[in-house]
Formats: sequence, structure tokens, C-alpha cells
Amino acid sequence: MVEIGDHLLDVVGAPDAADDVVVAAKDVRKSFGRLEVLKGVSLEVKRREVVLIIGPSGSGKTTFLRCINHLEKINGGTIEVSGHLMGYRRDNGRLVEEKEKEIARQRRDIGFVFQRFNLFPHKTALENVMEAPVLVRGQKPEEAREIARSLLDRVGLAHKVETYPAQLSGGQQQRVAIARALAMRPALMLFDEPTSALDPEMIGEVLVVMEELAHEGMTMIVVSHEMGFAREAADRVVMMDDGQIIEEGTPEHFFSAPVQERTKAFLSKIL
Amino acid sequence: MKFNTDAFGDAIFQPDQFIINGLLLTVVISVISQIIGVVLGVLGALGRLSRKAPLRWLSALYLWIFRGTPLLVQLVFFYFGLGAAHIFGWPDLVLFGFTITGAIQAGIVALGLNEGAYMTEIIRAGILSIDPGQMEAAKSLGMTYGQAMRRIVLPQAARIIVPPLGNEFNNMLKTTALLFVLGVQELYNTFVIKQGNNFLPFEMYLACALWFLLLTTIWGVIQGWMERRLARGTPGSQAGGGLLDRLFSFRGSAADTATAGTH
Repeated sequence: MVEIGDHLLDVVGAPDAADDVVVAAKDVRKSFGRLEVLKGVSLEVKRREVVLIIGPSGSGKTTFLRCINHLEKINGGTIEVSGHLMGYRRDNGRLVEEKEKEIARQRRDIGFVFQRFNLFPHKTALENVMEAPVLVRGQKPEEAREIARSLLDRVGLAHKVETYPAQLSGGQQQRVAIARALAMRPALMLFDEPTSALDPEMIGEVLVVMEELAHEGMTMIVVSHEMGFAREAADRVVMMDDGQIIEEGTPEHFFSAPVQERTKAFLSKIL
Repeated sequence: MKFNTDAFGDAIFQPDQFIINGLLLTVVISVISQIIGVVLGVLGALGRLSRKAPLRWLSALYLWIFRGTPLLVQLVFFYFGLGAAHIFGWPDLVLFGFTITGAIQAGIVALGLNEGAYMTEIIRAGILSIDPGQMEAAKSLGMTYGQAMRRIVLPQAARIIVPPLGNEFNNMLKTTALLFVLGVQELYNTFVIKQGNNFLPFEMYLACALWFLLLTTIWGVIQGWMERRLARGTPGSQAGGGLLDRLFSFRGSAADTATAGTH
């Protein structure tokens, strides 16, 4: 196990202490062609809350996550992030998609960690982390470099700052990806199956970083089957099936007394 | 047949101003036309991939016309055609003390437009070969489409584009010979005139071929260097290959050499 320093968020500033709602999704619908993958999903996530979304593949959990930062357009319902409609604006009561620039501006405050890392292969770990703060936030390169160094140090990669992604292991790449997202000082972090492309022995080093983040108060929505993470760090677990949320509760609820048959069957397979 | 060693040797080892000028003109026209081609290629590729239908149509129309008609016809149409129709007369241009004739201008414009059509397809393929996850990651960090293209997608696509771009420029160096029909005194035309004066077509055209071979060989070295530089960050990259490899490469020759080495 890699030694990972505490206080990740000290580098980029601790989250707001207020208990306001960060994500408010109401009756979200999404279809790919004739296939309806989200059939009315509603979810509220408060600041500092950590929500784990589980469910079988094809249940729509990844699609829902991607809708939150508008990587997917939605066909119905609304998603608000920090009180603002995400990707849309109201025009005479109708929802119209926002301009690309405005969507980009909204996404600055939402970190997204991908299943397949998606690091920029032509840039070193350090450049990966400092690229967006400089380009998008207009941060001074020297300042961004210092912050990027600190972040990489805190995720246990101080010795890999000048390394290109191709020379990093999957676990290391994912930790760079988390540092890259944090460098934008997001109010919300979304994780899309962050450990499912990793070899088993590398899952731990990524989960440690995520748990640390959760303990420091980052608002997080995590799509994953890592029930160990639920036990350690999640406030709430949401079970999705067939485009809907079918059960919701504390991690203890899911470990001890899931209600739905579908949930029981699913948990018996992953636990 | 008697080979005139003196005339041949002079044309190679003691080139007169006439040959030097032709050589320079060929290089300058090639470089400018290729730059125009690459710029048009980037615009064309972004147009082809655009979400806006009119831009896609415009780009498709451009490709359809310039890939569907002979370059030779484009050249004479631009220069003689437009001139005779009084649409554009191609007046001489004086830049930095050099006079650029209308024929050279028309030649560069036609070569650049033609090249742009081919570069469009090469650059489009390069962009499409980049994992869509790269664009998504860039967007998730708050970059706009333009920022993500410029900083993330195009630099990666460049790696894929450079080898075929190198081949395009190799081709461009040779294709400039077509400007002969506009009366531009580039390298080929220089030797056409020379052999007309000294009645030594065998020696002169052989010398002409060697000069072109020298240009494309130098370019081959530069191309290999560029490919190696662009390969930074890719695992075990030996892109480009050695000089010999690139001069005499056939499909699979690099692999053959590699296996031969292990025996």
C-alpha cells in the first residue's frame, strides 16, 4: 500500500461549511434512441455528503452520473448543481440547452473521474494536473505548478511528477486523475467506476485517496460496487435498477436489511 | 550513346545560378503550398466534424471538387482560365524586393487548395483516431470545445498526422514540376530549358531527377526527426526509424529487420 498523506483538501481549500443542497436531480429522463435508460431519477445530495450508487450494468447509473455534468443531454426532468440548472436555462418556461461556453463554465466546479482515467498521454503527470487551472481558471503557471506538486504529493506520487501516463500503473494513473480534478477546486466530485479498470492489488491505493477526500468533507457521488468504500466513507447508498432508483439508505441498511428482492440478489453477488 | 560527363557533372556539382534559382523556387513554392494545405486541412477537418450542417456541407463540397478534378486542370483554370475571363488577372507582386509573378501566385494557390483537400482527410482521420474520452476529460475540466481541440486533441492527432503529412510534402516537392505548364521556372522547367539549349536530354533529365532525389532525401531526414520528437510520452516509441529504414522502407521492412536481429 502506498503511503498517502492526509489533508488533500488543504491544498485547494476546504469545502463550504454550509449544509446546502449541491445536487438536486428531479425526475431525470434519458433515452438513447428508442432505449430509455433513465426513467425518472430523483436524487438530492447535500454538501459534504458522500453517496454511493450501485446497481447492475445497464441500470443507468453511469449515464445518470454523466448527466450531472452534462456529458449527456437529458430528455426530461431537471438537474441543478449548486442551485443552478445544469446545461440548460429556462426560456418562457421551456428548457433550452445552454451555450457551450456557459456549460464549460459550469463544469469547472464539478470534478469527474473516469473509469479509464483519460489522462492526457502527451503531458506529464504534473502537466496533466496544472493544464486546466492555467488554461481555464487563468491561474499563474508557477502557482498552478506548486499546487499540482502538492496534490500529487498528497496522492503519493511526488516521485512521478515528470512521468508520462503510459509509464504509470493503472492505480497511479487514477490517482493523477483525482489530483487533476481536485486542482480545479471543485464543489462536487463525480466518480464513474473509478476502480473497475484496475488490477485488484491497485484498487486499495485509489480507495484510500477517495476515503480521505470523503473524510475531509468533499461532496461526492460515486458509481462503484466497492461496498468496502460504502462501509468506510459513504453516508448513503443508492441502488439503481432498470433506469430507476429502487432503494436508498445508509450503508448499514444495505449490509443488514435490504428490502427489495432485486437489491438482495444484487448484493449477494458483489459482497 | 555518348554520355556527356562534363555537362552532367556541372549540373550536379557546379550548378549555375539558373539551377540554384529553380531549386529555391521549388522549395519555396512547396513549403508555402504545404502550409496553406495544412491550414485548410485543419479548417476542412473541423468543418467535416462540425455539428453545424452548413459547415459540413461546405467542407464536403470543397473536398468533392478538389479531389475530383485533376490538379493540372486546376492549375491552368486558376491561371489562364480566371485570367482570360477577367475574373482575376494575377498581377505580379513585389514582396521584400522579390517579384512574385502571377504564375507563381496562381500555382501556389492551386497547389495549396488541392493539398488542403487531401490534408482535410488526413487530419480528420487523425482527430477521429483520438479516444473520445480525451475530449470528455478536457470538457469535464471546464474546457470549451475549441480549448480541448487545441490543447488536448490536436496535439495528440499530430502524432498520427505527421507521417502521412510527411508523405504529402514529399509528394508536393515533386508535384511542383507541374507548374511548368504555367511557365514557372522551378527545378523541372529549368532543366527542360537546359536540355533545349544543349541537346542533352539524357544528362539533363538525369541531373534533374537527382536534384529532386536530394530534396526528398533531405526531407526524409527531417521527417524522421520530427516523428521521433512527437513520439515523446508513448511507450517504447521508436517512431520514424533510421535513415536507411526510411529511404528503403517497404511495408513490413522494419519488422523484418527486427526479427532478423534476433536470429
